[in-house]
Amino acid sequence: MTQTAETPAIAALERYEAVIGLEVHAQLLTVSKMFCGCSAAYTDAAPNDNTCPVCLGLPGVLPVINRQAIEYTVRTALALECEIPEFTKFDRKNYFYPDLPKGYQISQYDTPLSRNGRIEFPVGGETVRCGITRVHLEEDTGTMHHAGDVLQSATQSFVDFNRSGVPLMEIVGEPDLRTAEHAREYLVRLRQLLMYIGVNDGNLEKGSFRCDANISLRSREAAELGTKVEVKNMNSFRAVHRALESEIERQAAVLDSGAVIQQETRGWVETRGRTVSQRSKEYAHDYRYFPEPDLPPLRLDSAFVERVRASLPELPPARARRFVDQYGLNAYDASVLTSTREDADTYEELVRLGVAAKLAANWLMGDVAALANEHRLGLRDSGLGIAGLSRLLGLLDSARINGPTAKELLTELYVRGGDPEAIVLERGLGQVSDETELEALVDAAIAANPVAATDFRGGKQQALGQLMRHVKEATGGRADMPLVNRLLRERLSR
Amino acid sequence: MSSTASTITALAASLRDGSSSPRELLAQTLAHIDATNTRTHAYLRTTRELAERQADAAARTLRANPESAPPMCGIPVALKDVLCVDGVETTASSRVLGGFTPPYTGTAVQRLFDAGAVCVGKTNCDEFAMGSSNENSAFGPVGNPWDVERVPGGSSGGSAASVAAGDVPCALGSDTGGSIRQPASLCGVVGFKPTYGRVSRYGLIAFASSLDQIGPFARSVEDAAIVYSTIAGHDPRDSTSDPRAVDDPLLRLRDGVAGMRLGVPKEYFGMGIDPGVREAVEAALRVLEGLGATLHHVSLPSTEVGLSTYYIIAPAECSSNLARYDGVRFGLRVEHPALIDMYLRTRDQGFGPEVKRRVMLGTYALSSGYYDAYYRKAQKVRTLIADEFTRVFADVDALVSPTSPTAAFPMGDRDDPISMYMCDVVTLPVNLAGLPGISVPCGFAGGLPVGLQVIAPRFEDSRVFRVAHAYEQATEWHRARSPLAEAAA
Ligand SMILES: [Zn+2]
Repeated sequence: MTQTAETPAIAALERYEAVIGLEVHAQLLTVSKMFCGCSAAYTDAAPNDNTCPVCLGLPGVLPVINRQAIEYTVRTALALECEIPEFTKFDRKNYFYPDLPKGYQISQYDTPLSRNGRIEFPVGGETVRCGITRVHLEEDTGTMHHAGDVLQSATQSFVDFNRSGVPLMEIVGEPDLRTAEHAREYLVRLRQLLMYIGVNDGNLEKGSFRCDANISLRSREAAELGTKVEVKNMNSFRAVHRALESEIERQAAVLDSGAVIQQETRGWVETRGRTVSQRSKEYAHDYRYFPEPDLPPLRLDSAFVERVRASLPELPPARARRFVDQYGLNAYDASVLTSTREDADTYEELVRLGVAAKLAANWLMGDVAALANEHRLGLRDSGLGIAGLSRLLGLLDSARINGPTAKELLTELYVRGGDPEAIVLERGLGQVSDETELEALVDAAIAANPVAATDFRGGKQQALGQLMRHVKEATGGRADMPLVNRLLRERLSR
Repeated sequence: MSSTASTITALAASLRDGSSSPRELLAQTLAHIDATNTRTHAYLRTTRELAERQADAAARTLRANPESAPPMCGIPVALKDVLCVDGVETTASSRVLGGFTPPYTGTAVQRLFDAGAVCVGKTNCDEFAMGSSNENSAFGPVGNPWDVERVPGGSSGGSAASVAAGDVPCALGSDTGGSIRQPASLCGVVGFKPTYGRVSRYGLIAFASSLDQIGPFARSVEDAAIVYSTIAGHDPRDSTSDPRAVDDPLLRLRDGVAGMRLGVPKEYFGMGIDPGVREAVEAALRVLEGLGATLHHVSLPSTEVGLSTYYIIAPAECSSNLARYDGVRFGLRVEHPALIDMYLRTRDQGFGPEVKRRVMLGTYALSSGYYDAYYRKAQKVRTLIADEFTRVFADVDALVSPTSPTAAFPMGDRDDPISMYMCDVVTLPVNLAGLPGISVPCGFAGGLPVGLQVIAPRFEDSRVFRVAHAYEQATEWHRARSPLAEAAA
């Protein structure tokens, strides 16, 4: 996670300070679209099937606010510790584009649903704190498909309005970030949070979670901010990181040469590994915002806001702190286990079912995580299930099976499921921990390896390995090895 | 009995006593339109097939439940071409919407249809309801049935002319700054603009969203009230429609005006008012006095800035509402390989000069750097205007005034926009304040109809009908038939 290699961008940051602010657009997981009854889950419909007169912007139609979208935005705002003003309204943002059916987007201009929030997250050893300027609500546009390259040179263009009107939340961050890594971590944490509270599915590739960046550089001596450049077209965390590094490098080179930075919009081109100018300030839109006359202003009474607040789940940072206090985990483990709501819930369920806190953490973060990844199947939905794992770990904890056996059983049962206890009995996998039985095997091992026994007695500690292997093999790997270790030492010290 | 001489109430009775049927009424109506439309050009298209289906359905309802069938059952209606009807071409009298057929029916129209009304056609109007003379229609002007060389007023000129020509007993229009009341006045019929939020705008092609309201034209105040109560009420599809229950305007329709305090705004009698109009309206005030109302002089000093306020807010909203006519999805598209040129050509050829003027005005008023000086200031003045009405209504129950400063003027007479905008100087403050207002015939000036405007506080729509009805029943003006109606009967 920490950047150790000296990149040109990092070198540039010795001379200049980067000032980065991110704007995130996140589609809400509401049932219906923002202003009509069409489904907000638009990806599976045939082109233009998931539409109605309202989201097609036909003459004479009117928008009706989706209450669930308001609630989800308030939920997000509260999770980001924003203030929720009592008064809010929608505004029209006017511009022409074929994917914008009404010729304006219903958005929020000067009275957003919320303001003044914050998010904190660790980067390397330090805690980065980034202000949230505002979280507001708007509608998504349709999508365009070009026969050819881009709109300007396409021979034919098609518009699909299935996405038109999907509720879109805009989260504007303060320019509090200083490195590309800050920016990436901010996005990781924000995405985690939105998914945690169930308002967004966090899919960067499909564009349900999108990010634009504003970045400027100022010399370490200067007080005033530099000219900012907007960077778009970044559809992965890696792309955000690379694009910002590349932009820091580019701006530093411009400034080093004594030239000035142009205020413009630049697009990240993955294949070329750099940003490319898209639009300069002279062509900036005048969106002619004005209050949406088709929608009366909204008053969010405090009872509603408090109801939403009460419905918020425990958020990742708080939950991680509790995991440290309640289960005695270290901060790192607690943070990994709370990174998704499902993981954290799984962990707590496992502990509730009687699995020791540390044991549950180790297994979930280790073998279970690997299997979940391999099979693209979470424990909760796996054949083994949370209860199955708790039984398996119960056998391990009570020393009825040993670690290697537990691992083998986990791998075997993860997908297809089964009762670990029954299989242990059936196959005789139970751990050999009977002292009398093991003592006999220990004696046999010493008899069979006289040289190793002599070496150990002579002070050669590693000679014990050969003796232990002997016992392990004699029990088909089922021996309680810590016990074997103790018995061997006792025998050889006599 | 011919529909041309009749009211909804009379026709409803004839449909129930067997002296007429919805099909007969429809046939008479279509024949009448055939006879008048060549003179008025009030209809852009008739909808015979839809009307026949609706007439047959109405006949079944009337046979099954003659007493409980709604009063509108089997009654022919005409719809201004800004109202969307599923499967019926709807153009807002604009080339840009040529060939556009909505896949849905608007709420107010659907309520009429649900009540059994028979839609006979779509009426001509000023393009996108922008105008006061109907001369801004892309499909030609409308002749006033009292003198076809003169304008019927606008923007709902076709609906007003159709009722005045005796085609239909009632029609729907839309009123953004006077577009129902002013043509009603110029055509000698009743026209009512409801309180903003009383009638759903869903399915009304928007001109200025915060001002637009659908309302009826009819030959009597009672008929207008019948149509209004059929279409009024909360609609979940229109967030600006009011959720409160609508009181039945017919309940207190005949309660009279005795003891009522009526305000006479002095500013509404200035501003280029024609002497003949003044005379007719002053006579009407004396009639109301004779009926037991008391008259009180009041002042609405912001009236003179109402016009400029209106001509910032309405164009601002229009510039945004009309952005969807871009050639991408429906209506006219003037092809060009470059997107920007497709937009420019489509909108250049699709919109007429008045629409372009207002889109330009509105775009300017909303532009960065001008917003505060124009749009924000206009909104403040709008609040002042509304407050002024509220103050006046603390003293009086309703306001009475002329509807239009002049009677119908000859086509081509007002070629500069400002003199045309003056047509609505006493109607548009009512829209700015969201009030209910009606125009009821109150005599003639130079042989042309004059209208009396009655205005009440918000949600006091019933009071407007009550005052207008009392006046109407005390006079004979509403019985006067236009020469065209007489000729076609
Ligand atoms: Zn829709």
